[in-house]
Amino acid sequence: MAAIPEKPKKGLFGIPEKPYMHPYLGGALLGIVLFVAFLLTRNGLGASGGLNRLIAAGQDAVVPGHIDRTPYLLKLAGGSLNPLDDWSVPVVLGAIVGGFVSGLINGRVRPEINKGPRVSNGLRLFMAFAGGTIMAYGARMARGCTSGQALSGGATLSAGSWALMMCIFAGAYALAYFMRKFWN
Amino acid sequence: MNLFPLEPFLRPLHENPWTYLVFGVIGFFFGFVLESSGFGDSKKLAAQFYFKELTVLKVMFGAIVTAMVLLFFSSALGILDFNLVYVPETYLWPGIVGGLIMGVGFIIGGLCPGTSLVSAATLKIDGIFFVLGALFGIWAFGETVDAYWVWWNTNSYYGRLTLMDVFHLPTGVVVLLVVLMALFMFWGAEQLERIFGKRDLKKEPKQRIFGAAALVVIALATIVLGEPTTAEKYARLTLTRTVEGEKITLPVEEVLSRRLVQIHPAELLHTMADPRLSTILLDVRSEADYNLFHIRGARRVGLDELPDLIPTLLTVDSGRTIVVVMSNDEAAATDAWRLLVAESVPNVYILEGGINNWIAVFGQGEADIVPTPVPGAVDRLDYSFPAALGDRYEAADPNPHEWEIEYTPRIELERRRGPSGGGCG
Repeated sequence: MAAIPEKPKKGLFGIPEKPYMHPYLGGALLGIVLFVAFLLTRNGLGASGGLNRLIAAGQDAVVPGHIDRTPYLLKLAGGSLNPLDDWSVPVVLGAIVGGFVSGLINGRVRPEINKGPRVSNGLRLFMAFAGGTIMAYGARMARGCTSGQALSGGATLSAGSWALMMCIFAGAYALAYFMRKFWN
Repeated sequence: MNLFPLEPFLRPLHENPWTYLVFGVIGFFFGFVLESSGFGDSKKLAAQFYFKELTVLKVMFGAIVTAMVLLFFSSALGILDFNLVYVPETYLWPGIVGGLIMGVGFIIGGLCPGTSLVSAATLKIDGIFFVLGALFGIWAFGETVDAYWVWWNTNSYYGRLTLMDVFHLPTGVVVLLVVLMALFMFWGAEQLERIFGKRDLKKEPKQRIFGAAALVVIALATIVLGEPTTAEKYARLTLTRTVEGEKITLPVEEVLSRRLVQIHPAELLHTMADPRLSTILLDVRSEADYNLFHIRGARRVGLDELPDLIPTLLTVDSGRTIVVVMSNDEAAATDAWRLLVAESVPNVYILEGGINNWIAVFGQGEADIVPTPVPGAVDRLDYSFPAALGDRYEAADPNPHEWEIEYTPRIELERRRGPSGGGCG
């Protein structure tokens, strides 16, 4: 029996899915975006900093007194400081829109769960939440995530950012063996 | 003045609301390229750690080396002032521990904060759960960091530290070495993909060789050009000062000759007493003169040691920090000032008339301090002291409330977006 040809996947509005960009081209373009960011604004790119400020804004709205008693939050949103008044917030919002537009025109916007073949949806979603929690906690401790530290700090040749980048890969590779059934 | 970074971005953003839009557009392309490279797909990211496809490594290091060579080449050309570019400060151990934790989260969750945004934006449910988890993790950090606040803020803090400082190599050489290392890693990644991912390397685009060659050529050009010296930076420099209520931009030597940055001792005393300001006093005289007499709180730093201090001075909160350099009169202090402003340190001033003038103003009541001027001498301490008491003279720490002296204020606080404007804010 002839193999049934796989139906081409479609995204939102029935746009057929296109392949991803070649990684070197993607890297070069991302590098140019990062360079332009530094050139114009002196800041690079970032994600966790902007998310941090969204959280602080939420806390400031709900429990302003708590902010003013917590030194870490005080720096972001204490007193009359507006936690959203920072470059990282529009970068995060822009990234969400940019990711959506790229996904839309390439037929990749559709509800789905990306996971290893042997894993249930529930477990994958639990692990995604847990991984997000762990990663973001580590990112704040390291004062920046893969974008703000590894990418932006790496390009400016910050010594700490390079040490951090090595540690991200070290941590992930160290645990990868034990997670092999989860992803493969 | 260097063209880049653009001046409005050095100031608080709300002064120019359009700057938020620029960041939004940068974010847009950031997200667009991340998604186009496949970073919205957690399986693709996780595959990195099983050597099947090393897209993460290629995109990440491709981006780092591309941005790096363009950045330092622009700096070598003199169109970008690298001292104004935000370099994440090094907190070594918090970075190492945080990085290892991040690695664990990466392999468990399959995404990182940036990529999870585009994953969620393309309606990947696991991406949405990762973002929710990340928000929870950030919240949890804010609530728990107080428990180890001192460690987090002070342990192994090296400030603005680059690989050039660590290895004592010229910038261009480090840039070239990083490019070569990245190219070697790309080669290795392709070999791994061939072995573990059964990929046919013959189908890879040939243009990637040209890309690699371009990176090496720009890196070599950066070595040949060299980073601009302090003298070259100084020659290009202009400063904006307010004269008779009007903001004017002047060549830097004119700012000196019109005495717009020399502050009267009384203005210094007033500034030091202002609890909202932090005043850094840099005394560039000889150790012997410093030991005889210095202003309380002044730090002695020789002119030759001054460059080492620049990375620290670049990371101070410019909204509230004033740097005042001083010598016996003004000669050495002016040299120090030239060095610091050329390296883009904000809010630097010279103590008018130096320590001699300070003593002339505040030391009148001290019978022990005897004037011994020598006509025509430059930057000589014009007083003799009974002993090397340093800052234990009354004139070393005058009471600001006892002195009512008229002066023309020179200090204009140049508010730059502080270090918290960096990716870690």
